[in-house]
Amino acid sequence: MTVLATPDKTGSGFPLGFDPILDPSPLQYLDEHGALSGPLRDDAAELAPDQLLATWRAMVVGRRFDLQATTMVRQGRLAVYPSSYGQEACEIGAMLALRATDWFFPTYRDCVSMVTRGIDPVEALTLLRGDWHCGYDPQRWRTAPQCTPLATQAPHAAGLALAAKLAGDDTVALAFCGDGGTSEGDFHEALNFAAVYQAPAVFFVQNNQYAISVPLAKQTHAAALAHKAVGYGMAGVRVDGNDVIAVRRVVAEAAERARAGHGPTLIEAVTYRMQAHTNADDATRYREDSEVEYWRSRDPLARLETYLKARGLLTEAVVAEANQAAEALADDMRARLGEEPEVDHRDLFRHVYAQPTPQLLEQAVALQAELDAEAEAEAEAGAEAGAGAGATTNAGAGAGAEGDPEAGR
Amino acid sequence: MTTTLDTAAQRVRNTEISLAQAVNRALRDAMTADDKVVVFGEDVGVLGGVFRVTDGLTRDFGEQRCFDSPLAEAGIMGTAIGMAMYGFRPVVEMQFDAFAYPAFEQIASHLAKMRNRTRGTLPLPVVVRVPYGGGIGGVEHHSDSSEGYFAATPGLHVVTPATVSDAYTLLRAAIESDDPVIFMEPKRLYWSKDVLETSGPAIGTAAVRRQGTDATLIAYGPTVSTALEAADAAAAEGFDLEVVDLRSIVPFDDETVCESVRKTGRAVVIHEAAGFGGTGAEIAARVSERCFHWLEAPVRRVTGFDIPYPPPKLERHHLPSVDRILDVVASLQWEDR
Repeated sequence: MTVLATPDKTGSGFPLGFDPILDPSPLQYLDEHGALSGPLRDDAAELAPDQLLATWRAMVVGRRFDLQATTMVRQGRLAVYPSSYGQEACEIGAMLALRATDWFFPTYRDCVSMVTRGIDPVEALTLLRGDWHCGYDPQRWRTAPQCTPLATQAPHAAGLALAAKLAGDDTVALAFCGDGGTSEGDFHEALNFAAVYQAPAVFFVQNNQYAISVPLAKQTHAAALAHKAVGYGMAGVRVDGNDVIAVRRVVAEAAERARAGHGPTLIEAVTYRMQAHTNADDATRYREDSEVEYWRSRDPLARLETYLKARGLLTEAVVAEANQAAEALADDMRARLGEEPEVDHRDLFRHVYAQPTPQLLEQAVALQAELDAEAEAEAEAGAEAGAGAGATTNAGAGAGAEGDPEAGR
Repeated sequence: MTTTLDTAAQRVRNTEISLAQAVNRALRDAMTADDKVVVFGEDVGVLGGVFRVTDGLTRDFGEQRCFDSPLAEAGIMGTAIGMAMYGFRPVVEMQFDAFAYPAFEQIASHLAKMRNRTRGTLPLPVVVRVPYGGGIGGVEHHSDSSEGYFAATPGLHVVTPATVSDAYTLLRAAIESDDPVIFMEPKRLYWSKDVLETSGPAIGTAAVRRQGTDATLIAYGPTVSTALEAADAAAAEGFDLEVVDLRSIVPFDDETVCESVRKTGRAVVIHEAAGFGGTGAEIAARVSERCFHWLEAPVRRVTGFDIPYPPPKLERHHLPSVDRILDVVASLQWEDR
C-alpha cells in the first residue's frame, strides 16, 4: 500500500490513519487476475454489489463509446480521437467518486469521463468533430472544456477549489492530466498553489506510460510521480490505475479529505495507453507489441468481470442490459455523428467578447458580404447551366446581418 | 454641522491624489461594491505591493479578499481563471511588465479564449494589472512596454490610463467588465497627482487631451504627457497640435482617432515599445486605410528603438522625447501648407 503523506500541520491527520510510506508500488485491491488483494473489509462500500455493478456497467458503456469514436475517425466523421481504451478504471472510477456539484477538468483524452458524468456523447465529441471548441455547457455539467495545452487546466482546478473554499461551499475540483503533463511548469505551480491555500483540489495523473512517443523514463527520473506530493506538502497516493475499485476508493478519500478542509491530494494512477496517441500516430515506431500484450493481460474491465463472475454477480440479465445500453449509445452516436454538423459562420464573431468590438462588427459584415456574393455566383452559375428548376440558393442567408452578428440567429 | 461636512467633502474633492492612490481607491470601491472582487498577487498583501498600489487592502478587507500568492505568475493567472469560472472577479497583479511573461500562456490560451471556446457560457471577468513602461531607472525586466503582445491576442481588452481620473474610472470599468481586461499601469506616472473625478468613460473611448488644427499626436499611457509637452513646445514654433489619448488599445476607438486626423491631415503615433510590429504600426495602418484622402503627409511614428530595453544610464536615448517628437512633426511636409 502506498500513501505518501507529510505530517499534517493542522494536526487533523489523514482520516484513515495512513503513515508516510515511500514505497512506489501501487495501491491495489483487485489484482490482475481479478482476485481481491488489498486491505478491504468484506463490508466495504466498494464491494457492495450495487456499486460494483454500476461501476462495471459504466465501464462497458464507456468502452463502447471509445470503440465507436475510434471507428468514426476511420470513417472521417471525427477529425481526430485520442482513445482512452484500457484506461477505463481511471476514466470512470474517478468520475463515480465525485458528486454532481464537484468540478472536473478534463484533457482531450477524457471523453469517456465526460460521458460518464452525463454529457451527451455528441456534445462530448464536438471538439474532436471540429464544429466548435466545446460542445457542452461547462456550468451545467461542472466540467471545464477539454484542455489541450498540457497541465494548463491544473491551475484552474486550484483556483476553482480556492474559490469554493472562500465561498464556503463543499465543492471539490478534480483535474486530470497525463504523465507527460507532470513535466509542465503549470502542473508544479498548480499543486503548489493548491497546497499553500489548502484548496479542496484533487490532481489525478493518469500515468499511461507514454506522452505520444516519449516513455515515462524520459519524462522523469523520480521513482514515482506520486512522490512529488511530498515536495508540495500534500497527500500523495500511487494507485493501480487498472483497478477500478482502488481508483474509486482513493479518489473518494481524496475528495473527502478536501471537503473536510485537509487540502489537496496528488494521485498517480498507473495504467497504460493501449492505443496509439491518436489515429494520426503510429505506436509501432516506439514500442514493442509484447509490451502492449502484457498490459492487455491487465485489462481493467476483464479484471473486474473475473471478480464479479466469481461472486456470481454477472447474471445473464445484467450483462444483457449493459450490452443493450452500450449498443444503444453506439447506435445513437452513429446516427447523430453520421450527419454533417451544423455550423454557423456568425459564431466566429459572436462570443469573442460580451459585446463585439466595432472592428469585429465590421469584419462580420465583410464575411457576410463575401458569402452573399458566393451564393449569388452559385445561383447564377446554376441558372446558366439551364438547370432552372431545382437550383437551390443560399441567397438571403445574410438578410438582416447589417452590423449585427446576432441578427437572424 | 452641515457646513463643516460640506467643507470636508469639498476638501476631499479638491485634494490631489497620485495615480497609484487612484488605482488603490478603485480597488477599494470595487471590493466594497462587490464581495466577489478579490485581489491577489506577489507582495500585494501586508506589504501593499512593491508600488504600494494595494496598500491597506488586506488590513481593511481581510486576507480572504486581498492575499499574497506564491511567486509564480502562470499560477497566479491560472488560479484567477479558475476563480472566475466559479463566479469570482479576480484582480491580479503582475509585479512588473516583464514578470508577466510566464503568465502569457494562461492569458493567450485560456483567459482570452474561454468565452469564445464555450460559446459565451464561461466568461472570465478577470483584470490583470500590469505596471509597465520605462523612465524609472529600473534594471532589465522592469521597464518593458508589453502592451503589443496582449493587443495582438483576440479576446482581451487592453487599456492604459494616462491620468489620475482615468486610472480610477477605467479600472472600475475593467472590474465590472465581463471580459478579461489587461490593465496596463504606466509606472512612471504612479506618483503624478491630480484631483480625482470618479465618473468617466467606458472602455473603448479615446480622449482628445488638447485641441489643435495642424497635426494629431496619438499617444497612450506614459507618452501622453510627453505628447502634451511636445504640443506646448510646438505651439511656440507656430504648430497647433492636437493630442489624442487612446486610453484603450483594444477596443480601438477608430472614430475619435480618424475624426482628429481628418481634421488635421497629419498624424504621429508615439509609444515606448519597439516600433517594429508594435501597436503604432497597427495604428498607422488603420489611420492610413481610413484617412488616406485627408492626409497631407505619411503617418509617422516616434517609438522606442528595436532593441531590448536599455540599462538605466542609457534609457533616455531610447524613450520618445519632446525633441524627437518635434523633429518628426517638422518633417510632415509643411511646405505644401
